[in-house]
Amino acid sequence: MIQKAFARALGSLGYDMPEDLNWAVGGEAGDGIDSTGKIFAQALSRAGRHVFTSKDFASRIRGGYTAYKIRSSTERIESVVDRLDVLIALTERTVEENTDELHDDSVIIYDGERTMMEDFEAPGEMTALSVPLQRLAEDAGGAIMQNVVALGTACAVCGFDVSYLDESLEKRFGGKGSSIVANNKQAARAGRDFVAEEVEATFPYDIDTTDSDYVLLNGDEAIGMGAIAAGCRFYAGYPITPATNVMEYLKSRVEGFGGHVVQAEDELSAINMALGAARAGARSMTATSGPGIDLMAETFGLIATTETPLVICDVMRSGPSTGMPTKQEQGDLDMLLHGGHGEIPRIVVGATTIAECFHRTIEAFNLAEKYQTPVYLVADLALSVTEQTYPPEEFDMGAVEIDRGNLLQGEDIEEWTNESDQFTPHAATEDGISPRTIPGTAGGAHMTTGLEHDELGRRTEDTDIRVEQVDKRQRKVETAIEREEWTAREFGDGDADVLVLSWGSNEGAIREAMDRLEAEGTSIRLLSVPYLSPRPDLTAAIEEAEEVIVVECNATGQFADVIEHDVLARVKRINKYNGVRFDADGLATRITEAIGSDGGSGDSSDGSDERNEASDAETEQEITT
Amino acid sequence: MSSEVRFTDFKSDAQPTWCPGCGDFGTMNGMMKALANSGNHPDDTFIVAGIGCSGKIGTYMHSYALHGVHGRALPLGIGVKAANPDLEVMVAGGDGDGYSIGAGHFVHAVRRNLDMTYVVMDNRIYGLTKGQFSPTSREDFETATSPEGPQQSPVNPLALALASGATFIGQTFSSDAQRHTEVVKQAIEHDGFGFVNVYSPCVTFNDVDTYDYFRESLVDLGEEEGYDRTDDEAAIERIMDAEKEHQGVIYQDPDSVSYGDEHGLENSMADIPEGAPEGATDLVREFY
Ligand SMILES: Cc1ncc(C[n+]2csc(CCOP(=O)(O)OP(=O)(O)O)c2C)c(N)n1
Ligand code: SF4
Ligand SMILES: [Mg+2]
Repeated sequence: MIQKAFARALGSLGYDMPEDLNWAVGGEAGDGIDSTGKIFAQALSRAGRHVFTSKDFASRIRGGYTAYKIRSSTERIESVVDRLDVLIALTERTVEENTDELHDDSVIIYDGERTMMEDFEAPGEMTALSVPLQRLAEDAGGAIMQNVVALGTACAVCGFDVSYLDESLEKRFGGKGSSIVANNKQAARAGRDFVAEEVEATFPYDIDTTDSDYVLLNGDEAIGMGAIAAGCRFYAGYPITPATNVMEYLKSRVEGFGGHVVQAEDELSAINMALGAARAGARSMTATSGPGIDLMAETFGLIATTETPLVICDVMRSGPSTGMPTKQEQGDLDMLLHGGHGEIPRIVVGATTIAECFHRTIEAFNLAEKYQTPVYLVADLALSVTEQTYPPEEFDMGAVEIDRGNLLQGEDIEEWTNESDQFTPHAATEDGISPRTIPGTAGGAHMTTGLEHDELGRRTEDTDIRVEQVDKRQRKVETAIEREEWTAREFGDGDADVLVLSWGSNEGAIREAMDRLEAEGTSIRLLSVPYLSPRPDLTAAIEEAEEVIVVECNATGQFADVIEHDVLARVKRINKYNGVRFDADGLATRITEAIGSDGGSGDSSDGSDERNEASDAETEQEITT
Repeated sequence: MSSEVRFTDFKSDAQPTWCPGCGDFGTMNGMMKALANSGNHPDDTFIVAGIGCSGKIGTYMHSYALHGVHGRALPLGIGVKAANPDLEVMVAGGDGDGYSIGAGHFVHAVRRNLDMTYVVMDNRIYGLTKGQFSPTSREDFETATSPEGPQQSPVNPLALALASGATFIGQTFSSDAQRHTEVVKQAIEHDGFGFVNVYSPCVTFNDVDTYDYFRESLVDLGEEEGYDRTDDEAAIERIMDAEKEHQGVIYQDPDSVSYGDEHGLENSMADIPEGAPEGATDLVREFY
């Protein structure tokens, strides 16, 4: 049955699609959309299916449109597509927002007894399935469970055993008592039974299950879990979308590992608290988004000149200024590479997938301590709000290695003590990496300062010492370049004429777009770059390729600029800055267009159609984040 | 360890570049004595200094120390203390550093009540930038940026502290070495945020708030019979007194519970295992 349905859907779209199910629940913010979607995502994961979720949401707590979308398959998936098969619509606007994604085989589940949906008619040939969600919920114990009734209906529509919902219902409502859980299970079954008893239509969806066990998590959670795995014990932050989840994850968890989370009065304070903790010897971090990074920039230079290991995480959102707080963008690269006055040696590492959020976080902590330098850990909104399934082995705690760098104890301290018995925390060593002592260590007492200082950490304006200290700090980055592997993640055909470069969360959508293009006969080599500074040397790869296309979610092509500067060559650019992440379908088209175009930068900036569409939606949203 | 430590152990061999006669000399001496007298050792002490003439103190003292950016000394100190409660953390800075650019942090540091000490070297002027009015300057105090005086009322730091939920408020005068040392020592020993505003005259740029002025006008609460420092009403009266200024411990909450105790912060966070901590795999399981 499923084959038939997809064959039809695919035929109308003109290419082969994986056997995936695209499901969504949408309504007003405050309708419990998120938790409803999460329950279904967990159920699919329990059924051994891969899940990749995305969210459309407004900043307002109530009002406005919000949706939780799930793409699910028995195969691994890494991106969204612009197709929707099953939609639970709590409002008409939910359907309007998604008309382009709905197709003739789509099924819309809605409550025709609710006044706001009374006159609803499904567009085109698609099936509108009216279910008395509210009434059935009341029968099961309360109107509040109407979303769960809808989930039961969705199970029936998808040919999915309703009992898969049970575990996630227990997870979600277990704290509220067993009768609440029982009522919810009952509500789900009522939604399912309604289809069997009252609906004549059959549905083209019949999803498979597998025996696989998956975990389901988002990028912020992966960062938080990575931080704990890496021994992070101190976190200070100030709430900001979409980085808050990192703080919320750590709060109530890191304490169990001897750590602490402080909600600071602002980001100026947060980064300084994190810095203080790092000087006291803790693995320490802060996370924020654009507006907070601006404030934190004040302290970037202090971290670098005092040679303090600190991880600063920026989960990018749409800027500048307050921008579009709940929308995707990769616009902070320039800031992270150059932000702060003066010249600040630094390391910038970016996550490209949710699993990478975990792995790069651990690496960031090691790099920070090995090179006693600020490490910027970059993620973006698309990573942070997406929940994705992975086999649990992906997060193998046994494989975590901690490298604390040149941390001294006992006798080693003497070696770095001058004739006046003073410890030299900024000794100008050959590799630039100085000895380090933690407060409380006998014989290691020292000061340090953001003023230019000598090897003792004391202020100086001596011209020779100044040069020596600048050079030694810079030398650490050179040492890091030599000692670490600054590689890109490579996918596709290594011999392809077309080279695509990307950073951040675009990797998944590009890989899927590549599959489509491969099927059409276009081979592509993708280098997805997690190391933004220092960067892998891409010169050879770029010279070998006939076409080089840089894909990123911003208007000006900040990464493309950096690449052009690195290799002294021109690249083509695919940019998107309407606040919505790349999807595989759209990207496949744009890559094809870019290949055909006559080159030069900016020739494939975001299509204006797409931009206008988004701005219509945005104007109705009141931004309060 | 305590009995062996002399206050000079807290002195570094760097030569102070403060102007001769600057109040900061006396302020620093008292801090060193108070640290030594309360049994601290330089290896277990962390000084955080602000930016200003006052902020140079981190260089002249010997201990673990961090000289940060202007106005952020308190957040730095909070991070240090939270990460290692065994350290004696003392934050010092100027009136501009603490009550102007860092005023927001002051309010929140006070209410957080970490067990640390905050010494503000209040000279009612911006010393380092060569004499502009500060948040504690008098309304008619003439400076290069206030030829007719700032024409705005000065901040009352003690009142600000009290309103923010302070558990220890002291005020001293740098040249009254004995009282200054005593009060700072009590601030160190206080279980919570020990805040001391120290009148620390700037002899170069402030010819109004001078040694003579403070010597003549300060009333010592230690000599006032029956003054009860735990009585917040009495404290408010002294703090809001428009006629007289006071020195001594003006207020102390006997029931103060420090942030560390409230949040169960007991151990240094510096020690971590060589791999992921035990129990980390449970974090993965949570996501099933
Ligand atoms: C962000 C920033 N703004 C301005 C300055 C310049 N500055 C240095 S110290 C200072 C004020 C010093 O006054 P105070 O804190 O009272 O210290 P004092 O020198 O009087 O001891 C200023 C404005 C700076 N260092 N950083
Ligand atoms: S300018 Fe004033 S505050 Fe600065 S050192 Fe001289 S006397 Fe002290
Ligand atoms: Mg001052």
